[in-house]
Amino acid sequence: MIAALIGLPLLGAVVLLLGGRRTNAWGHLLAVVMSASSFFIAAMLFMQMVGKPEEEREIGQFLFDWIAVGAFQIPFGFYLDQLAIVFVLLITGVGTLIHIYSIGYMAHDPNRRQFFGYLNLFIASMLLLVLADNYFLLYLGWESVGLASYLLISFYQQKPSAAAAGKKAFIVNRVGDVGLALAILLMFVTFGTLSFEGVAAGAGLAAPTTVTWIGLALLLAACGKSAQFPLQSWLLDAMEGPTPVSALIHAATMVTAGVYLIVRAHAIFDLSETARTAVVIVGAITLLLGAFIGTAKDDIKKGLAGSTMSQIGYMILAAGLGPVGYVFAIFHLLTHGMFKAGLFLGAGSVMHGMHDDVNMRHYGALRTMMKVTYATFALGFLAIIGVPPFAGFWSKDEIIHAAFGQNLFIGLATLLGAGVTAFYMTRMMAMTFFGEARWEQDVKPHESPAVMTIPMIVLALGSAFGGMAMLFIGDIEHWLEPVTGFAYPQNSVSKAVLIPITLAVILGGAGYAWLCYGRRPIPVDAPTNVSLLTKAARADAYGDAINESLFMRPGQYLTRSLTWFDAKAIDGFVGGIAAAVGGLSARSRRLQNGYVRSYALTMFGGATLIALILLLVRL
Amino acid sequence: MLLTIMLLIPLVGSIAVFLLPASKPALAKQVALGFALITLVVSSVVVVGLDNSTGLLQYVESYEWIAAFGISWTLGVNGISALLIVMTAILVPIAMIAGWWDAENATRGTAKGYFSLILILESCIIGAFAANDLFLFFVFFEAMLFPIYFLIGKFGGPQRAYAAMKFLLYSLVGGLFMLAAMIGLYVVSARELGTGTFDVVTLTSLNIDPGTQKMLFLGFFFAFAVKAPLVPFHTWLPDAAAEATPGTSTLLVGVLDKVGTFGMLHFLLPIFPEASKFYAPVIIVLAVISIFYGALVAIGQTDVMRLIAFTSISHFGFIVLGIFAFTSQGLSGASFYMVNHGFSTGALFLVLGYLVSRRGSKRIADFGGVQKVAPLMAGMFLLSGLSSLALPGMSSFVSEFLVLAGTFAVNQPAAIFATLGIVLAAVYILWMYQRMMTGVPSQEVTETVTEINRRELSAVAPLLVLLIALGFFPQIALDSLNPAVQQIQEYIGFSDPQAPVVIEGSGE
Repeated sequence: MIAALIGLPLLGAVVLLLGGRRTNAWGHLLAVVMSASSFFIAAMLFMQMVGKPEEEREIGQFLFDWIAVGAFQIPFGFYLDQLAIVFVLLITGVGTLIHIYSIGYMAHDPNRRQFFGYLNLFIASMLLLVLADNYFLLYLGWESVGLASYLLISFYQQKPSAAAAGKKAFIVNRVGDVGLALAILLMFVTFGTLSFEGVAAGAGLAAPTTVTWIGLALLLAACGKSAQFPLQSWLLDAMEGPTPVSALIHAATMVTAGVYLIVRAHAIFDLSETARTAVVIVGAITLLLGAFIGTAKDDIKKGLAGSTMSQIGYMILAAGLGPVGYVFAIFHLLTHGMFKAGLFLGAGSVMHGMHDDVNMRHYGALRTMMKVTYATFALGFLAIIGVPPFAGFWSKDEIIHAAFGQNLFIGLATLLGAGVTAFYMTRMMAMTFFGEARWEQDVKPHESPAVMTIPMIVLALGSAFGGMAMLFIGDIEHWLEPVTGFAYPQNSVSKAVLIPITLAVILGGAGYAWLCYGRRPIPVDAPTNVSLLTKAARADAYGDAINESLFMRPGQYLTRSLTWFDAKAIDGFVGGIAAAVGGLSARSRRLQNGYVRSYALTMFGGATLIALILLLVRL
Repeated sequence: MLLTIMLLIPLVGSIAVFLLPASKPALAKQVALGFALITLVVSSVVVVGLDNSTGLLQYVESYEWIAAFGISWTLGVNGISALLIVMTAILVPIAMIAGWWDAENATRGTAKGYFSLILILESCIIGAFAANDLFLFFVFFEAMLFPIYFLIGKFGGPQRAYAAMKFLLYSLVGGLFMLAAMIGLYVVSARELGTGTFDVVTLTSLNIDPGTQKMLFLGFFFAFAVKAPLVPFHTWLPDAAAEATPGTSTLLVGVLDKVGTFGMLHFLLPIFPEASKFYAPVIIVLAVISIFYGALVAIGQTDVMRLIAFTSISHFGFIVLGIFAFTSQGLSGASFYMVNHGFSTGALFLVLGYLVSRRGSKRIADFGGVQKVAPLMAGMFLLSGLSSLALPGMSSFVSEFLVLAGTFAVNQPAAIFATLGIVLAAVYILWMYQRMMTGVPSQEVTETVTEINRRELSAVAPLLVLLIALGFFPQIALDSLNPAVQQIQEYIGFSDPQAPVVIEGSGE
C-alpha cells in the first residue's frame, strides 16, 4: 500500500514525460487522477491507523536490498507512522488541490503536459522523502524534490531570470546537501546503520561531540531545503516558477522538509543542547529576516516568499525547543501548509486576472472584481497573522508560548515576528484589495474559473477551521507524542497573559500598516527616497550581495586563475620539458609531427615484428 | 578459451572491415557494428556465467608463450574486470552508432579505417582488462595507443595532430616507467623464486621487501596516473578529448582511461601492499586535489568538450580516492564508479557531439536556447548531466557515495573535502546547461540545431536507461564487485573499521 502511494504519481510522471505529444490531450487529467488516488490511499491508511491502538500504529514495507557493501547495508524500505501520515495527507491533499487549480492556471501553456509531469514527479519524490525508513533513502527523496523544484522554477526556460533562479536554487540546496551527506557519513561510521530506528537507539551510546556534529550537519541540510539563514537567498528567486509551484513546493511542502528532518532526527537533537540552541538561533534569525523582507516587497509573490521564510523560521525555532516544541513545529507546518498554499493560489488568481502582473502597486480595489479570491485570501490573511479562532492562531501561539519558556529574547523575537507578520500581510491586503484602482490600461480584472476557485475555497476552509479541527478533534499533541515525545512548557509567563499581549502586538502591526497603506494613496511607482531599512528589505537584506562578495567573486577569481594556471603553468612546464628534450617547439610543429608519427609507426611495426618472431620461435 | 575468443572477435572484425572495398563504406560500417555486437553478446555470457561467491580469477586460461622469460598468455577475469569488459563492449557499438557519419567528413581517413581502428582498440582494451600476465598486460597497454593515436590524428578537429602527439608522448613516457618497474619486478621474482615470472597471481604471493616495493610501485603508479589521469599529469586529456570525434572521446575518456585506475586496483594494491599503504596518504591528497582542481578548471572552460574532459579529471579523483581508502565501500564504490563514469561521460560526449556537429562550434557561447528548438536533445543532455553531478536516483550517486563513505571511515578530512566537491559538480553542469540550453535561441542556433534523430537517440537512450536502472538496482553490479574487492582487501591485509556503537537488534 505504501509503495502504491509513491508509485501512482511516479507512474503518472513517467507516462507524461515519456509519452510525448500523444498524451497532450489528457495528460493533465491523468496527473490529477494519480495525485488524487494517492490522496485516497493516504486517507484510507490514515483511517486504518486511527482505528489501531497507539503502539501498533507504525507500519513498514520492505521492497528490496538497495545497496549492500560490507557494513553499508541500505534497504529500499518505507516506514509509515503518525508523523509520516500527517505529511502524506498534507502533500497529497494540498498537492491534489493544486493539480486541479493548475488545470485552469496552465490552460493556455504549450508545455502544460510537461508541467503536470513534473508536478507528479514532485509528489512522488516528496512522498519518498517522508516515507523512507532510513536516512539514505530519505536523501534520495531529498534530492529528487530538489530536482523537481529545479525543473519547475526554471519551467519558463526561455526566460533568463527563470533559468538562473532554477540553477541558483539547486546549487544553494547542494550546499545544504553537503550537510545531509556529512550527517549520513557520520551516522554510518558511528552507528554502522542508517535506519531511523538504529540511529535513534544508538544516539545515547555515542560520544556527545559526535552527536552534536551530526545535529549541526542536519541543521545545515535543513537550512538549504527550508531556506533558512544563511542559505535563504534562493527562495525569493524561486518565485520565477509558475504560481501553483510556488504554492505547493515553495510554501506548503518541500520547504518544510527541513522541519521534518529535524523532528525525524529528534533522538539526535534531544541529546545535544548545542545543536538545539543552534537550531533555535537559526529559526529566530530567519523568522525576523523573512518578515523584514516581506515588509518592503511590491511583488506579491516575493512578499509571500519572505513570509514563508519567516513562518518556517517559526517551525525551525519550535523544533529547536525540543520535546516542548516538536509537535507545535509540525502543527504550525500543517496549518501553514493550508493557509500559505491558499494565499499563493489567491495571488495566482489575482495575477491571472491582471495579465500576470505581480506588482501590487498596479493592483488596488480588487475586492469587488474578484469576490471569491478576496474572501479566500482574507481567510488566509486572518489565519497567518494569528487571529483567533483561525488556524494560525492556535499553532503560532503555542510556539510563542513555548519560546518564552526557553528564553526571554527568543520569546520576544517570536512576538516581534508576529507583529511584523501582521504588518506586511495587512499591507498586502490593503494594496491588493482596497484603496483605489491603479490598474494598467489594458487590464480588465476578472474572477478566475471555478476549477481555480474551488481549490482556493477548500484551502480557505482549512485556514478557517483546520487549526481547531487538528487541535480539538485530532488532538495533534497526543497523536504525535509517541513519535516525537511531548512535554508541556514550564513557563513563568502563562498563556492567559501571553495571548492578550500577542493579540495586542498583532493589532498594532496591522493597524500601523492600515494607516500607512490603507488610509493613504499608494504611488504607482515605488518611491525612491526611502529609509535605509526599506532599501535593505527591498534588496532581500543584501543576501545576494553578501553571497556574491563572499563566494561568487572569489570563486570566479579562483576559477579564472586556475584555468590560466592549467593552460600556462602546467602545460607550459611540460611543454618546456618536451621542447628541451626533443627539440620540440611551436615553430617546428610540422617537422615534429612527421617525426612522432614515423616514430610511432616504427615502434608499432617493431612491436608487431617482435611479437611475431616470439610467436614463431615458440612454435 | 572464451576470453581469447572474446578478444579475437573484434580483431578479426577489424581485419575483415579493413579488407572490404573502400567503395562500400556502408557495408564496412554494418560489418563493424555486427562484430561489436557479437563481442557484446560474448561479454554478456561471461558476466552472466560469473560465480559471485568468489573473488578469485575465473575463466582462467594460460598458454606458455616465451618460456625463457616466464611470459605466458594468461587471461582471467574477476567481477571488476568482467564488468569493465561489458562496459567496453556496450560503449563500442554505441560510439559506432552515434558516430555513424563522423568519419565521412574526415580529410585524411576513410569510414572503414575509422571503424576498423575502433575494433582494434576494443580488442586491446579487452586484452588489458583480462590479462593476468604483467608482460601481456604491458603489450596491450602499449598497443592500444596506436589505434587511438590514429583515431585522433586522422579524424579529429583542427588541432588533431598536436593533440594526438601529446597523447602519445605522455603515454609512451608513462609506459617507459612501467617497463622499467616491470623489469625490476621480474628480477625480484627471479631472486625469490629461482626463475623469473610475469604471472600476476604468482607475483601477488611474493614477499617483496618494503623498500623495493616502494621503488617499483612508483614506476607503475606513474604510468597509471598519467593514463587515469591525475593532476598534474592530466594536460594531455583535455586536448585529446576536445580534438577527437565524440565517439573517440567516449572510448578514450570512458573506457581507455579506466585501464589506469584498473591497473591500480588489480596490480598495484595486490602486488605492492606495503608500498600502497605507505603512499596512500599522499595519493589521497592528490586525489582530493584532482577532484577540486578538475571541477574548478571545468567551470572556467569556454570549450564544451574541454569542460567535460576536466569534469572527468575530477571524477577520476573520486575513483582514486576510493581505491586508496582500502575499505570495501571505497573499493567497490571506485570500481562501480568506473563503470558509471563510462556511461555518463559517454552520454555527455555523444549528445554534445550531436550539438557540436550541427552548430559547427564547440564554444559554449555559440549556443543558447537549444531547448526551445530541440527539447528532447536538451532533455537527454540534462539527464546525462544530472548523472555526471551524481544526482540520487542515478547510478553515479551510489558509487560516489560509497566512495565517500569508504573514505570517511578512514580519512575524515579527505572525505569532507571530497563531499564539498558535489557543490562544484552542480555548478559546472547546471551553469553549462543554463548557458547552452536555456534562454532565447539565437538565429544561428535556430537555423542549425535540429532535434535529435532516431539513430542518435538509439545510441544515447540505452546509456541513460542503464544509469537510472543501476541507480535503483545497483546490487546487480555490486554483487559481482564485492567478492573481488574482498579478495583485494585480503591481499593488502586490510579489514573495514568497525562502528564504535554497536546497536543490538537494529532491525536491518
